[in-house]
Amino acid sequence: MRARVWGCRGSVAAPGPDTVKYGGNTSCIEVRLASGQALVLDAGTGMRPLGVSMQEDLPVELHVMLTHLHLDHLQGLGFFRPLFAPGLDIHIWGPTSPVQHLSERIAMYLSPPLFPVRLEDVPSNITFHDAPEEPVTIGSATVRAAKVTHQGPTVGYRIEEAGDSLVYLPDHEPSLGADLATLPASWMSGHDLANGATVLFHDAQYRDHEYGAHVGWGHSSISDAMEFANKADVGELVLFHHDPYHTDDELDALLAEARRGWPGMEDRVRLASEGMVINLGAESAVEPR
Amino acid sequence: MNDPPLGTRGVPKSLPLILARELASNLATPMFLMDAGGMLVFYNDAAALLLGKPFGELGEIPSGEFGAALEVTTTDGERIRRRDTPAGVAFFEHRPAHMTVMATAYNGVRRTYEATAYPLFGAEGEMHGVVSVFWQRGPAEHD
Repeated sequence: MRARVWGCRGSVAAPGPDTVKYGGNTSCIEVRLASGQALVLDAGTGMRPLGVSMQEDLPVELHVMLTHLHLDHLQGLGFFRPLFAPGLDIHIWGPTSPVQHLSERIAMYLSPPLFPVRLEDVPSNITFHDAPEEPVTIGSATVRAAKVTHQGPTVGYRIEEAGDSLVYLPDHEPSLGADLATLPASWMSGHDLANGATVLFHDAQYRDHEYGAHVGWGHSSISDAMEFANKADVGELVLFHHDPYHTDDELDALLAEARRGWPGMEDRVRLASEGMVINLGAESAVEPR
Repeated sequence: MNDPPLGTRGVPKSLPLILARELASNLATPMFLMDAGGMLVFYNDAAALLLGKPFGELGEIPSGEFGAALEVTTTDGERIRRRDTPAGVAFFEHRPAHMTVMATAYNGVRRTYEATAYPLFGAEGEMHGVVSVFWQRGPAEHD
């Protein structure tokens, strides 16, 4: 499988000269399976350029896997060109709700006055699914989801193909009310999903000194992201969901901080950036932008 | 209804249970958590005072064993069957329950409590476990 980051900013898009290196678009990762299907992890503003890229080479099957419905994970959907491809089959997966169907919740955004087009009027064929808490097979991969600690119903995803696994936990605060260093793994939100992953994309929105003012907002500090990845014994950690107020220079400082604080993990942690490509195969490899 | 299956010790916990545990960990009110398989999976420090034993010492145990360890009676001293306790009702009948009970801890200390238990249902109506909360009434008695 091959993963390409189209957006890794958290909360709100942050374009401008200070965010050129890591990018300003919000959460969106394209995952291409060996069998040709495309999985799109979240529909942040990075989904707009992804749609431009994809329209010339539509996948045999398209799955949009939403972790939750906060706008920074949904706003790009209305600007995703394949959505307007007549007859194209698109599967949209998202967290369950006891109150409203996924389509109704998404339609709250994709309808006037917030958006000019109604979801029911787009020409592609959309099928909605509850995020799969039992593994489902999509082409050459198996995919499963699990609810995780964030504000409101939120899931993370694990995609497995040919012995490799990519885990996506972009909005996650596993340390809420708990000390990750002493918490048993079986009680750790997201651990079962992330355990032994080849690559983990994980929330790292705050520097440690910033986290105190944001406890309960649903995001992780750098130390908590590192501790979580360490406990889950992941092969590689990709820090994700960058704070919109963090400039490229601050993100570089954040990465240095993370590497300093966790000797032994220096080579296994990096910052997500727009255009980053990760090939998961016999040997994982990160391609330059 | 049959007794709950055993063997859920140490398995990854669902998010509702994880969040309930964090809530319990931060409260001074005794709180017990049972998972959907009937395993007592956690109690907080306040509950440890009630029991006379910290959770770390007891660990995850089947609720049947726990019921034998904590003697629960009516205020008249009549023993209450496990399935008739608030936790038992919440677990077996999937509904909240409340009762005034007397509980005798490991150290023989007996106290009167208002006990409330309620089942945890997930977004799709699935059962995740039971929360039991004990509010002490009056002073402790000793055997």
